[in-house]
Amino acid sequence: MKQKFDIIESRCVPLPTDNIDTDQIIPARFLKATTRDEKFFGDNLFCDWRYDAQGQPKPGFVLNDPRYGGCILVAGKNFGSGSSREHAAWALAGYGFRVVIASSFADIHKQNELNNFVLPVEVSEEFLKELHGSIAADPDTRVRVDIRNQTVTNLASGKSERFPISGYKKYCLMNALDDIDYLLEQKEKIEAFENARK
Amino acid sequence: MNTLFDKIWDAHVVSDLPDGPQQVYIDRLYCHEVTSPQAFDGLRERGIRCLRPERIFCMPDHNTPTHDQDKPIADPVSKAQVDALERNAKEFGLTYYGMMSPDNGIIHVVGPEKGLSLPGMTIVCGDSHTSTHGAMGAVAFGIGTSEVEMVLASQCILQKKPRTMSIRIEGELGKGVTAKDLALYLMMKLTTSGATGYFVEYRGSTVRSLSMEGRLTLSNLSIEMGARGGFIAPDETTFAYLKGREFAPKGEEWDKAVEWWKTLRSGDDAVFDREVVFDAADVQPMITYGTNPGMGMPIDGRIPADANPKSLSYMGFEAGDSLLGHPVDYVFLGACTNGRIEDFRAFASLVKGRRKADGATAWLVPGSWAVSRQIEAEGLDRELAEAGFEIRQPGCSACLAMNDDKVPAGKYAVSTSNRNFEGRQGPLSRTLLASPLTAAAAAVTGCVTDPRTLL
Repeated sequence: MKQKFDIIESRCVPLPTDNIDTDQIIPARFLKATTRDEKFFGDNLFCDWRYDAQGQPKPGFVLNDPRYGGCILVAGKNFGSGSSREHAAWALAGYGFRVVIASSFADIHKQNELNNFVLPVEVSEEFLKELHGSIAADPDTRVRVDIRNQTVTNLASGKSERFPISGYKKYCLMNALDDIDYLLEQKEKIEAFENARK
Repeated sequence: MNTLFDKIWDAHVVSDLPDGPQQVYIDRLYCHEVTSPQAFDGLRERGIRCLRPERIFCMPDHNTPTHDQDKPIADPVSKAQVDALERNAKEFGLTYYGMMSPDNGIIHVVGPEKGLSLPGMTIVCGDSHTSTHGAMGAVAFGIGTSEVEMVLASQCILQKKPRTMSIRIEGELGKGVTAKDLALYLMMKLTTSGATGYFVEYRGSTVRSLSMEGRLTLSNLSIEMGARGGFIAPDETTFAYLKGREFAPKGEEWDKAVEWWKTLRSGDDAVFDREVVFDAADVQPMITYGTNPGMGMPIDGRIPADANPKSLSYMGFEAGDSLLGHPVDYVFLGACTNGRIEDFRAFASLVKGRRKADGATAWLVPGSWAVSRQIEAEGLDRELAEAGFEIRQPGCSACLAMNDDKVPAGKYAVSTSNRNFEGRQGPLSRTLLASPLTAAAAAVTGCVTDPRTLL
């Protein structure tokens, strides 16, 4: 949950699939939980890709592949499409991911990640392709994400790219603040707005 | 600039954060049981109440069974979630339409039909299909649970203003071609991420001539192109639909409201960040073959050669296949996409004089009790019963299978819902998205059938 972001350097988990929807990240049957139990959601992250019908790990899936690990998930394009379920962000956080690298993100999911202190890092398709290449060649490939300078670096190739994030959200992530902390201080402005449009 | 989206959005901006999002005032928050419990927990942890409880409406829809709603929900986990919403609504003083209440139904069906969703409003809900309410001429979009908590606490949300996109469709839709087909066509053309980052305004003669139900279907599916939301400027069709509805303005207030609503249109000089134009004559009845809603084709087409092999393998199809005549195990009519009265009329009109195919299981699930009552008032339930169909009780049902209505592994469902993702209708289920007419054609023939051949 709320945790201060600074520099993250880690190995990566590669999932080079485009259009990964939030139904895959966390299937609907796990949405019945009424608490924000990140461990529960994390245990069921990518459940139907990760486990067979008997609940046994599928050896072909990357989360079950002992060669890969770390707190950075490297996906494809349009990550997190579909349902607005924030449970998808809770599942990523609960599993231990702190960064998701993709060439694009679906709008609602991107916001959900940010609101849960998981950093969506949007990179060019070229950067992403090279990074997947590096990881394929060496599963121990490390990536460095520097939120202050908004840079992401493939330490295998040395290739670096700047990623977008608003100054406001960067401040929130670096200081472990959320939007509600901010909004609760705005009551006067809200009432003034309501009165003005009466 | 000077688009209707700009007008509505800008009129709701409370403040601009330096180098950040805008603080946007929300006129209406809807809460269902799945995406709200953690938000209410958040309020309790912070020791705060809702700032504007009168603007917030709660109802369970995702977990509700479609039979025996007068009895306690059999699945204890579903029951706990529905009970939690009732408790939370009570504790925080919010309007609650419980199961079996005559006002209950799918949030995105109930909001418009009760006149809770009005032109010019900002509307949010922890549900991506909140874009549905855009059909009323409102800026409506789905949000996450943290954002639900923001709105519960402050009636505001922090949000970066999306870019604007105009999707203009001109001309008349052909026989057997519905708003659902139009939406599936747009997704096929634009892909599931084609409108990411944009708020869409649907325009043009085709859109103007859609009924309110058709507009709700079209707006509902905006998210499936990645759009933040999609909406349609209000006009006489909107006003006629809203007049007399429970929460719509009355008397003098109504006249004043309509006068204002008439000004809610993009300026002639409006500049959109992106504009696309389509011809209604190019739209055929559509069906999907893959595992996202953009993987669709005309129903008499063939699966494209460059279709995603992983999706085809999941679906049990091959590139070049035609789906016509492919056996169908389940048919689902309903969801916030196609659970309205017009959808049941369309389904019943095609069924007339025919019977349900023996091999097919059909779930006909109205979007709300109001729709259910209308079905009975028009005698559609009796007509359908004679043809072997049963009308169930309202809810989201097989759209995402959080209740008992699950499509078994490997089975094929022609579904009027909004998503064909892997496992969406039950683990390893295979979903073919289509219109109510195409669903009816499948239900009476037991296979994928071009509805135009039965009209």
